[in-house]
Amino acid sequence: MADDVSVAIEREADIVSARQKGRELASALGFSSTDQTIIALAISEITRNIISYARRGDVTMSRVENSGRRGIRIVARDQGPGIADIELAMRDGYSSARSLGVGLPGTKRVMDEFDLASTVGQGTTITMTKWLR
Amino acid sequence: MVVPILKQGDVLIASMQAALSDQDLVHFRDELADRVGRFRTRGVVIDVTALDVLDSFATRTLRAIVSIAKLRGANTVVVGIQPEVAFAMVQLGLNFEGVATALDLEEGLDLLASLSTRSGDRGR
Repeated sequence: MADDVSVAIEREADIVSARQKGRELASALGFSSTDQTIIALAISEITRNIISYARRGDVTMSRVENSGRRGIRIVARDQGPGIADIELAMRDGYSSARSLGVGLPGTKRVMDEFDLASTVGQGTTITMTKWLR
Repeated sequence: MVVPILKQGDVLIASMQAALSDQDLVHFRDELADRVGRFRTRGVVIDVTALDVLDSFATRTLRAIVSIAKLRGANTVVVGIQPEVAFAMVQLGLNFEGVATALDLEEGLDLLASLSTRSGDRGR
C-alpha cells in the first residue's frame, strides 16, 4: 500500500481525483465508509479553496501513526495570495458569503485536527488529520 | 462528463454520474434550464444515487438548479442521496433547505405527481 499520495491541483478536475485518491487511501487504512465520505468531502473543500483563491497548489495525503493511533493526514499547500484574516475565514457562516474560506469551518469540524497557516503574499497551508476510531 | 437527461412524459430525469467536476455541474445546470423550456417540462427528477460526495459546490449548484427550474415552471425532486453522503453533509453543515428530496426515483416521481396535483394543474 502506498503511504503517500500527492495530487497537483491545477484544474477543477483535479479536485475530483484528489478526493478519489483520498478515499482510496482512507479505505485502505480501514476507515468506515462514512468516514471515507467525510474525508473525501474535506479534501474536496480544501482543494476547491486552492482553485478558487490560489489557482494552483498541491495536496498530499499520507498515513500517520502516533502513539498507537493510526490515521490519515492531508496537507494542502498553495503559493497564492494568502488569507489576511484567518479568524474571519474560519468563522461559521462566513463561508456562505461565497467568498474566502468556502467550507473551511465545516471542514475543521469534521476532522480531528485542523491547522491553517497563511502568510499574505506567500500562500496557505492547511494540515488536517483524522484518526481511526 | 455529460449528465444524461431523459424525457419521460412531462418529466425530465437526470442521472448524475460519479466524479462530476464543477464544470460538469455548471454545464448540467445550463442544459437543464434549456430543456425545461424546450420540452415544456413540469417536473424534474435529479438522481444522485451514484454520487459518493456532495460538497459545498455541488450542494449550492443543486440548490441553484432547483430554483432555476422553479422559475421556469418546473418542480424538482432530488433522489438517491446515499446515507453516508447525507451524514457527511449534515456534519459539514451543508444547507439543502428548499430542495425537495425523496428516497429513490419511484418516490420522487410520486412526489412530483402530488406536487402538480396540489398546484391546481393547468389542464394536463
